[in-house]
Amino acid sequence: MSLFRKPIIGVDKRLLVKDATKLMPELSRRRFLSGGASLGALTLLTGCEVSESMSAENLLTHISKFNDKVQAAIFNPNALAPTYPSSAITRPFPFNAYYTLDDAPEVEEKDWQLEVTGLVENTRPWKLDELYALPQETQITRHICVEGWSAIGSWTGVRLSEFLKRVGADTRAKYVWFRCAEGYTTSIDMQTALHPQTQMTFKFDGEILPKAYGYPMKVRIPTRLGFKNPKYVVSLDVSNDYKGGYWEDQGYNDYSGL
Amino acid sequence: MDTAQRTKPMSSLTAGERQHGVAADRTAGRVVHPAWVRICHWINAVAMIIMIMSGWQIYNASPLFEFVFPRSITLGGWLAGALLWHFAAMWLLVINGLVYVILGFATGRFRRKLTPITTADVIADTRAAFTGKLSHDDLATYNAVQKLLYAGILLVGVLIVLSGLAIWKPVQFQYLTALFGGYDFARYVHFFAMAAIVLFLIVHVVMSLLVPKSLRAMLTGR
Repeated sequence: MSLFRKPIIGVDKRLLVKDATKLMPELSRRRFLSGGASLGALTLLTGCEVSESMSAENLLTHISKFNDKVQAAIFNPNALAPTYPSSAITRPFPFNAYYTLDDAPEVEEKDWQLEVTGLVENTRPWKLDELYALPQETQITRHICVEGWSAIGSWTGVRLSEFLKRVGADTRAKYVWFRCAEGYTTSIDMQTALHPQTQMTFKFDGEILPKAYGYPMKVRIPTRLGFKNPKYVVSLDVSNDYKGGYWEDQGYNDYSGL
Repeated sequence: MDTAQRTKPMSSLTAGERQHGVAADRTAGRVVHPAWVRICHWINAVAMIIMIMSGWQIYNASPLFEFVFPRSITLGGWLAGALLWHFAAMWLLVINGLVYVILGFATGRFRRKLTPITTADVIADTRAAFTGKLSHDDLATYNAVQKLLYAGILLVGVLIVLSGLAIWKPVQFQYLTALFGGYDFARYVHFFAMAAIVLFLIVHVVMSLLVPKSLRAMLTGR
C-alpha cells in the first residue's frame, strides 16, 4: 500500500483522479465520487466489472456457451436428419423472417454473385449459372424453427462440402460465416458445414427458389434450427474467428443444433 | 366408532399399516425427510418454477392452442431470454433429478414410501379424501392417493425430460423423437406433461398449506 502513497514526481494527485474519473462512464463516475464501497468504486479498484459479471444475464450467457460445447460434442457428423416422402411436404411452406414478404430482398440474377472470402485458395466470386452446373441433389427434410413450429420441405442444391472442396477451403478452419442481401448474417462450425446434408440450395419443391424462400441461394442445414439456414446469401467466409450473427448477437444460442 | 374412524388416517385400516402408524407415534419427533430429500426437493422446486415459467414464454412464440400465457407470469422477457433460462435450468433440473432418483432407489425410500400401491387402497382412499375422512396424521406414512400421486409425478418427470430431449435434439436423438410420435407430437407430450406437473403443484401446495406441519417437515426434517 505504501507504494501508492508515494507521490509521483510531476503528477498532481487531485488532477490525476479528476482525469481518471472523466474516463469512466457517467453512472460509475457518480458512484465512485459518492465514495465508499459502492460497486462502482469496487469496479475501479479491482479492475473488473463486478455487477456485470454477477448478473443473471451474464451467467445465462456463460451457460449458453457451455451448451454450445455440449451440443458440438453430441453432434454426430454421420447422423443424417430424417427424410420424408414428397407427400409429407408442407404446402404452402411458411415464409418466416423479421420482416414481411414485401420487404424481402429482390435479387436480380445479373447483379448477383457469391463472394468467397477468408481461408480459401480461390476467392473468385461465383455466378449463379456456374453454381447451377455443380452436381445437385434433393432432400426432403424437416425445417424446425426456434419458435417451435416445424414444416417439411424439399430442397435441391449442391453439397456445401463439395463447394468448399472446389474453392480449396481450409476445412481445418473453425467457422463458415454467411452474409445475406438484406444484411442478415449467421455462422456455423466447420463440422456442420461439412455434413452431407448441408446444402447450397437453389430449388424448393422442384422449382427455382421463389423470393419467399431465399432466391437465388439459401443454405439448408437440417441439423440446425431454421435461423441458422440463411436465405438470399451473397457471401461466404471461411475463418477461425467467430463473427456472430443477426440472431446470435441478440442472445439466441449460437450452436442451435438439432 | 364413527368419530374414531373419521379421525384415523386411512392408512390405519389394514393391520400392517396400523403397526406402522403406532411405530410412528412412538418415535414422534424422528426425521420424516432426511436432508438429501429436503435439499433435492427445494432445488427441484426452484428448477421447476424456472422451467415452467420460461417454458410458457417459449410456448407463446408458437402456441399449440388458442391461448397464450400472460407475460406477467412468464420468464425471460422474450423468446431468446426464455430459451437461455430454459436451457440453463435444465441442468439444475436433470442433475438434481438424477441425484434424487438414484438416492431414492439406493436408500430404499421409494420402495418404503411409495409401494405397494393397490387399486383397492387407491379407490378407498380417494373416496375417503373426497368425503373429508382422509387425514395426514402420520407424515411418515403416505396414504394410497399420496403414493399414487408421488409415484405418478416421478413418471411424469421422466416423461417431460425425455420429451424435452426429443424436441431439443430431433436429429441426434431421432429414435427418441420417433418414440414420441415425431417432433410435432413430442411438443404436445411435453406440453401435457407440464400441465400435469402444474396441476400436481397446485394440489401439492394447497395440501402443504392445509397441513402446515408437512411443510415444516420438508423444511426442518421433522
